[in-house]
Amino acid sequence: MLPQNKRPPDIGEYVAASSVDAAIDALADGQGTALAGGTDLWAQKDSGNGRLRQRLVNISRVSELCGIAEVAGKIRIGALTTISEILESPLLNEKVPLLPQMANRFAAPQIRNAATIGGNIANASPAADAVLPLIGLGTSVELRSKRETRFLPLSGFFKGPGNTQMTADELITAIEFETPPGNFHGVFCKSGPRPALEISMVAMCLTGLLEGGKLSNPRLVFGAVGPTPICCEKTEAMIDGKTISDDLIASALDLMATEIAPIDDFRASKWYRTQMARTFLEAELIACR
Amino acid sequence: MSLTQKIIFTLNGKPVQADAQVTASALELLRGAFELGGTKLACGEGECGACTIIVDGRSRNSCLLPAVDLDGREVLTVEGLWSEDGIDPVQQAFIDEGAIQCGFCTPGMIMQTKYLLSKNPRMTPEEIERGLEGNVCRCTGYKKIISAVAAASAVAAE
Repeated sequence: MLPQNKRPPDIGEYVAASSVDAAIDALADGQGTALAGGTDLWAQKDSGNGRLRQRLVNISRVSELCGIAEVAGKIRIGALTTISEILESPLLNEKVPLLPQMANRFAAPQIRNAATIGGNIANASPAADAVLPLIGLGTSVELRSKRETRFLPLSGFFKGPGNTQMTADELITAIEFETPPGNFHGVFCKSGPRPALEISMVAMCLTGLLEGGKLSNPRLVFGAVGPTPICCEKTEAMIDGKTISDDLIASALDLMATEIAPIDDFRASKWYRTQMARTFLEAELIACR
Repeated sequence: MSLTQKIIFTLNGKPVQADAQVTASALELLRGAFELGGTKLACGEGECGACTIIVDGRSRNSCLLPAVDLDGREVLTVEGLWSEDGIDPVQQAFIDEGAIQCGFCTPGMIMQTKYLLSKNPRMTPEEIERGLEGNVCRCTGYKKIISAVAAASAVAAE
């Protein structure tokens, strides 16, 4: 069934993990690949540049990795939570509508039913959509291995396309962020060739605390304009708590354009990506006024 | 010889078992070992929806679903829509509305429609269009497909 130029990878061992402990046991020697929804891993499988190691560790039945809950002022989302579950979650729709808003623009229903939040992070695509609002929310990633459990901020998690701070024996088990306060403002924007199943040519998330037309503690994150999600820290500092005047917007757009690093590729040109990034930021800063 | 794994699952209401290749997709297993050709391979990368099946109540692209992951699950393919009463009302609606051109996308469209109706039996035209975003018709016969889903939705809402 596969075209001639495609070759399935060599997998020597298959483990269907029933618990987190079983999964991290199977990953402990660094020779395993965790499989969840499969939308990235299986799509890359036969391409010759897939990332399957010799042991396939299916974590899709590990119930400890499921669920969305609020505990002690923090929202915790299990790594196996699908994009559909984020879209449909009553808790998130009430307290963090930014995440369902992103989920509504994510791929198409069949992919949303499969793709997991942990997978979107672990796959480390520069165009990963779910990552942007999570960075905007100040998310920490919980990583477990036989050695330790550690939390890393998602904003510094990515090193390059497909490359993260995770080591080969670690498993993303959950993400956590503080429940946003009532004046939290968050928007997600995305541009692509069609409304569904598009891989972002440019995506942006802008968050902050909005009071009297001023955005304080802003987070400005772009996708698909660099090798990793790009946090525009200088632009954030420039707009933090300021009255959003026309002059401030003009300066912020120019500064942002120096922080992103778009490339020309088959999806869009560097010029187009820069113009779209400016358009998104201008519109969303105006909307804050 | 590639690695295989024994799996047991429910396929169209019946318990079945198979020795699934660890690198195979659910699509390959269904079309191969089970000879269920209704589920179609088109893009093979989750872009077109022709391989849509329902797994544990959720529609999935079977081309991106590892066959071994079917273990223990409940799987519905287009072949499972047939009952002693005849074809499914969604299938009848596609026939009545003439929503089939070459027919290659039709099983995936019908399975996605079954899924959408299970979540929401009374869909608005916009909900139908959004719900079918992951299904491509290469003949571009979308208007009649959307009419068929609307007709099936009207039946389901009764």
